[in-house]
Amino acid sequence: MLPVGYYIALSAILFTLGALGVLIRRNSIVIFMSIELMLNAGNLAFVAFARAYQSLSGQIFVFFIMAVAAAEVAVGLALIVAIFQTKRSIDVDQLNTMQG
Amino acid sequence: MNVQDLYAISPLIVLVTWATLLILVDVYIIRDRNGGTPILAALGLLVAMGFAIAQTGQQYTAFNGMAVVDGFAIFLQVLFLGSGLVGIALAYNYLQRMGIERSEYYILLLYSISGMMLMAIAADLIVVFLALELLSIPLYVLAGFGRPKVEPEEAALKYFLLGAFAGGFVVYGIALAFGATATTSLAGIVQAVNAGSANLTLLSIGAALILIGLGFKVAAVPFHMWTPDVYQGAPSAVTAFMSVGAKAGGFAALLRVFVSALPELAADLSPVLWVLAALTMILGNVVAIAQGNIKRLLAYSSIAHAGYILMALVVFGNTQVSSDAVAAALFYLVAYAVTSFGAWAVVIALEKAEQKGLALDDYAGLGRKYPGLAAAMAVFMLSFTGVPPTLGFVGKLYLFRTVLEGGFIWLAVIGVLTSLVSAYYYLRIVVIMYMRDGDPQVHAEPWLRLTAGVTAVATVVLSLYAGPLFAWASQAVLKLF
Amino acid sequence: MLIEYLPIAILLVISTGLAALIVWIGNTFGPRRPTLRKSLPYESGMNPIGPGTRRMPVRFYLVAVLFILFDIEVVFFLPWAIVFRQLGLFGLIEMFVFIFILLVGYVYAWKKGALEWE
Repeated sequence: MLPVGYYIALSAILFTLGALGVLIRRNSIVIFMSIELMLNAGNLAFVAFARAYQSLSGQIFVFFIMAVAAAEVAVGLALIVAIFQTKRSIDVDQLNTMQG
Repeated sequence: MNVQDLYAISPLIVLVTWATLLILVDVYIIRDRNGGTPILAALGLLVAMGFAIAQTGQQYTAFNGMAVVDGFAIFLQVLFLGSGLVGIALAYNYLQRMGIERSEYYILLLYSISGMMLMAIAADLIVVFLALELLSIPLYVLAGFGRPKVEPEEAALKYFLLGAFAGGFVVYGIALAFGATATTSLAGIVQAVNAGSANLTLLSIGAALILIGLGFKVAAVPFHMWTPDVYQGAPSAVTAFMSVGAKAGGFAALLRVFVSALPELAADLSPVLWVLAALTMILGNVVAIAQGNIKRLLAYSSIAHAGYILMALVVFGNTQVSSDAVAAALFYLVAYAVTSFGAWAVVIALEKAEQKGLALDDYAGLGRKYPGLAAAMAVFMLSFTGVPPTLGFVGKLYLFRTVLEGGFIWLAVIGVLTSLVSAYYYLRIVVIMYMRDGDPQVHAEPWLRLTAGVTAVATVVLSLYAGPLFAWASQAVLKLF
Repeated sequence: MLIEYLPIAILLVISTGLAALIVWIGNTFGPRRPTLRKSLPYESGMNPIGPGTRRMPVRFYLVAVLFILFDIEVVFFLPWAIVFRQLGLFGLIEMFVFIFILLVGYVYAWKKGALEWE
């Protein structure tokens, strides 16, 4: 049985990778995947802590995060498809129609 | 689970049921867009508001401490439902005029408001997260409501990507807070901290991540980058609702989580909040000066006002002052909501299709041609600046007072100085309206006139009777369970 | 504790190393004479028709999005089924409410024509 710290370290690495991906990558879909990675890092931390504390509430939280992430996927994919139909590009650097 | 639990969330049940049935009604009964849906939606908001007001003065927790009904929750719920009503009034003719009349607007609005109301009663971090997403996801769709055009779609995608990014921070922050205290309940966190069983380092990191996530939602510097573009690209009625509702929802979460669950972390987090508040006030007000588009100007103005409300949060660890600070923040939220809705009503009246009619120069000559509308706009600008006798002035007065009581003199000084800076760009609009000649074209539909008129009168009159309103807000302070 | 995982780690290292070694030997010592026909993508010996990555109709996205939504919601049935007996009648009603909400979403998607292919 691994100590909980290892799981948390892994989840922290995943979270950092996700956050970096959002900041560095330019393709909307890849950015969105990075965000999902951040959410799943949270899920991993929750499950690990829930197991360490023998508490169910952390595991239930993961279900909620998954359901919410699915709803976000639906909205996000729809928005990305919509903007691709209008602009023929999903590069976030080209989201520059509005400048002050 | 018992009847009282259901009674606690009765306004929410009403609103969600209403919105869900409205989908069916809309699909099966109202096929010819004859304006039935907005009226039904407004009716639902009124019924839910009745249920919310009926709980006034009560104080109890429900669902095993997941939800709490107290003055704070009821006050905010009434504010959210009221802003929903204004959101409908602003959109009623605007959507038709812009050719984006779809009844989904009203349904999504109701769902978003139910998320905000859930936020107001949340007493567990799980509920805070669910409420945050329930209020955000409909707003992502609403921001892109003007499709198929480029601007609203870009606004929606930006809002979505950064909102989801912020959601990731909140999730991870909650996970760390859970790891630090073995519970997600706010009361449980307080107990764990008091019992000394919590890992305070981990809890601080978690709280900081939650702060980052919610900072995005309330558009605090340096998490504000999305605000001007989203506010400009989204349909103005949505922007108006977003600038009030989403911000108030974010502050509801911040106040609830930090004041009631994390006062022990004040030594670490108060300086962070101090810097955030100062930066937000300074950057919001200074950058707003350079804006030539009224929607971007109001976006930076909303950033600046988020900074003022954040000042109330800086004193969250000081239990003597924090209840006053919460009351001042709630009062300021009301003042900001009333003023902001009024200003947006005027903006919507002047807006034309294809992002026209939004330049500051389009306001030239408004004072001569439409004196009523111009007078209302002048009142809103004075209130934003904080000139008496307006709500904005009284709100800032209460805020500065609590900040001084908390001993943060320099923060109050920064607040006053940035207010002076803001006078430049707010009063410039007044000058343009009255001093320059022009031929503004206005679509002052009855609901817009009504909104602008009522909010203008309220801005002045309520400021004269600010005492009772503040007393009501003071009763709404957070109880530590 | 961690020592229990040592055999797995050794297995991983050996298998990865072996696979890498074989690929490296093949690459280094194998003869390489590419011809036009050899470097074509394999399509049963036929000449390939069009590019390998074709653009999908946007319809697929719509169906995929709807699928994700209704698919993930099932996750709430599992814990519910485990404590079904303790929850009793209340749990049953609660689940019917939940299904009803999903059903409204389904009806909405249907009526708006999201499920029609043409």
